[in-house]
Amino acid sequence: MSKYEAVIGLEVHVHLKTMTKAFCGCSTEFGQPPNSQVCPVCLGLPGSLPVLNHKAFEYAIKVGLALNCQVREYTKFDRKHYFYPDLPKNYQISQYDLPIAAGGFIDINIKQQAVRIGIVRVHLEEDAGKLMHKEDCSLVDFNRTGIPLLEIVSQPDMHSPEEAYEYLTSLKSIIEYLGVSDCDMEKGSLRCDANISLRLKGEKALGVKTELKNMNSFKAVKDALGFEIERQAGLLDEKVKLSQETRLWDAKELKTVSMRTKEGAQDYRYFPEPDLPPFAITKDEIQKIRQGIPELPKEKMLRFMKEYSISEYNARILVADKYDADYAEERLKAWPDEDKKPMANWLIGPVAAIASSSTIKISQVNISPDNLSELIELVEKKQVISNLTGKAVLEEMAATGASALSIIQAKNLAQISDEGVLAKEIDTVIKENAKIVNDFKAGKNNALMFLVGQVMKKTQGKANPKMVQDILRRRLG
Amino acid sequence: MEPNQLTIHEIKKLLGAREVQPEDVVSALKKRIGAINPKVRAYVRVENTSLDYAKSDSPSGDTLKGIPICLKDNICTAGFNTECCSRILEGFKPPYDATATEKLKDAGALVLETKANMDEFAFGSSTENSFFGPSHNPWNLEYVPGGSSGGVAAAVASDMAIAGLGSDTGGSIRQPASFCGVVGLKPTYGRVSRYGLIAFASSLDQIGPITKDVEDNAILSGVIFGHDSRDSTSAQVEVPDYTKCLGKDIKELKIGIPKEYFVEGIDPEVKKIVDEAVDKIKGLGAQCRQVSLPHTEYAVPVYYIIATAEASSNLARFDAVQYGLRAAKPQGLIDMYKKTRGLGFGEEAKRRIILGTFALSHGYYDAYYMRALKVRTLIRQDFERVFKECDCIITPTSPTAAFKIGEKRDDPLKMYLSDIYTISVNLAGIPGISLPCGFTKKGLPVGLQVLADNFDEAMLFRVAHAYEQATEWHKMKPKL
Repeated sequence: MSKYEAVIGLEVHVHLKTMTKAFCGCSTEFGQPPNSQVCPVCLGLPGSLPVLNHKAFEYAIKVGLALNCQVREYTKFDRKHYFYPDLPKNYQISQYDLPIAAGGFIDINIKQQAVRIGIVRVHLEEDAGKLMHKEDCSLVDFNRTGIPLLEIVSQPDMHSPEEAYEYLTSLKSIIEYLGVSDCDMEKGSLRCDANISLRLKGEKALGVKTELKNMNSFKAVKDALGFEIERQAGLLDEKVKLSQETRLWDAKELKTVSMRTKEGAQDYRYFPEPDLPPFAITKDEIQKIRQGIPELPKEKMLRFMKEYSISEYNARILVADKYDADYAEERLKAWPDEDKKPMANWLIGPVAAIASSSTIKISQVNISPDNLSELIELVEKKQVISNLTGKAVLEEMAATGASALSIIQAKNLAQISDEGVLAKEIDTVIKENAKIVNDFKAGKNNALMFLVGQVMKKTQGKANPKMVQDILRRRLG
Repeated sequence: MEPNQLTIHEIKKLLGAREVQPEDVVSALKKRIGAINPKVRAYVRVENTSLDYAKSDSPSGDTLKGIPICLKDNICTAGFNTECCSRILEGFKPPYDATATEKLKDAGALVLETKANMDEFAFGSSTENSFFGPSHNPWNLEYVPGGSSGGVAAAVASDMAIAGLGSDTGGSIRQPASFCGVVGLKPTYGRVSRYGLIAFASSLDQIGPITKDVEDNAILSGVIFGHDSRDSTSAQVEVPDYTKCLGKDIKELKIGIPKEYFVEGIDPEVKKIVDEAVDKIKGLGAQCRQVSLPHTEYAVPVYYIIATAEASSNLARFDAVQYGLRAAKPQGLIDMYKKTRGLGFGEEAKRRIILGTFALSHGYYDAYYMRALKVRTLIRQDFERVFKECDCIITPTSPTAAFKIGEKRDDPLKMYLSDIYTISVNLAGIPGISLPCGFTKKGLPVGLQVLADNFDEAMLFRVAHAYEQATEWHKMKPKL
């Protein structure tokens, strides 16, 4: 156990899924030809002026509310200045001292314990463009310039890479539930920077922090934090004084590399954006937006537990992803009985296993609610096929889209529950395994299972195992 | 009288009676520009003044049908150079028209391929800060025409334009109008869309008309005023028919004369001329009384913090990436910025960028910018208080008449003080008009400034028109 405690805060940027950019009418569609979605406003041409996209503003408030923040009734935009070719005005329209929302939290689940992570602020700003470096020049694509970006800053409440990972997963889940962003790190619609410092356990004062950038997945965030904890601990052990710096994660070398130190820190010269007057939002408007917030993961989990009487553990897995939750709920509803456990178990067990083996989401497993329900009935209630056969049929269903019954018939997989047929097979097995039979009679219970296995083998797994057991007991009893 | 010497309302009449054709106006202007511009240098670009060009771009509208209107070099015209008289915008042709340009065209006006001179980025009070060199005052070519909209004012005063649009951030319409003996209006902040006006100080800039008389000013205002969804600071306030304010008497109107505007620093000759104008207005039946605007003395320092802070931000975009000047053979990105901005900006632009950058810097923001905003509120409240008891305020437009070219060039502080009576108006956001009210012994025009409450331009036109009609100053023409 290390003598240090890590202190971690995360800064997450998400693209809001509006039709048009934050301050002009250009499309926000991803992957279009360079500079095909631009106008005088997002190009920052002289004389052009920004006009706020109210949808983006509404989305920002929605996120603020979902993160349990206070939404400000009076807010404004500020200019943040720095020179860079992907920033056409050389200032970014952002928010400084009056962010749209502040002072919230998310509860994350660490080892079955709820841990509360504070949210410092949520603010709206515009994204910059993209640079492409060629051998003898650099090119700028302004398509991304002006896309509404939400910055969500956490309190430094996390103490391990695992907590950071959980926080990101929970945050992403909430934002996806709200339907305001794709949260796709590969497309850059979700980005994360991390601040991390170490201090001796029990110490109150914060250590010297490092800002980590360039992590392209949640796993990269976790790995970078893990690396950084080791690196900083090593230096502290050797009594080396740390310097405040920004470090980049190198995903190939699996290490962080210094980018710049604090001495080079920028003065952004924030001041109120004079082209956008401050604006007020009424309690009623906030209330209206609040009413538009759908059921969030935590509430859905509690409802699943109550409505479908499933365990917290299962419910948490099912609601983690919005699409998975919708998928699960459709199927839980399709299950005809009051007791939904069989369906819940199949979703979390075999269905999830298929998803993970083909690295897709549960919701992408292509089996209709009725088909799944039918299969489970055939296994659990009618016992037409065994559990094992059921899993094989499920895989076949996912691959072909066929129904369980049609697969069972086509492959002649139905369970043998005819006592006459089974008795014949059992008699043969008893004859061929005299020694084992004696063992059982001598009290070795395991011996029975071996005999059942032999019967299953002879019937290519189709014998009804429960019946086989019953008959065997009767014969040998 | 040649058609180029006429006013908008006179030309409208003659065009209506078919006594004059648009061709006549345009060719008279062209002739006049050819003869006079080399001396006055009011225009920095005269590329295409053919009527066909103008016509092809000017549909519909009746209000200004067939009447050419000239523009300051910071008001965008699609496809035609708009360079703020700065080298850094060399060759910049905006892909779009400013809202004001669009509204002129929609009203039938002819926007010719010409651009009028100005101080670089409107930084100045004399046009001496133009990359193209100064314009000359038509009343005496050794004198400045004022600034920053000096080119438009000089063009209108010398009949090289019928009328034009300038911009006013701290007096840049009113002061040159005063120096050139024409009428210039700074509308209420938010009256005219700033979309397509290349920004100097966003919270202060307004486009406004510069005309030969008050009636023309009312007509042009009616065309360019109004809400624009492309400018979030544009006001949703109804625009009345200002021509109906003309010809009304001013009996019983309560007019405030701020005592702080007649103290040390005002040229005694100007004071005398303005005092006479006030007497004239009294003679028309208005009640004039002394009022106080106690925070006047802070206006210049407050202005130079707010305006330069905003300017330093607005001018950050001139970085050689997309348009304008790019210095040759830069060694990397930072060098490209340094060389281009070093070469492209003039001395005054650099001075203001540095001043504004400093005012916004970490550790100085509260002491300068924040404090300036607070004093700005006090200045605004001064006017609010006075307008509770007065219908309008009358002041000199500038403490002096035009000064000589070169006279104040090396003394920025002295130059800044020539806007001392106009700056408060921008800080408060209220409208102000300057109109001629006499001449100095040297034959240079003096301007009278009338101020009214927010969105009460109607009051300005009423008072200005009543005074104008009772005098002959607006009929005087410079001999060139």
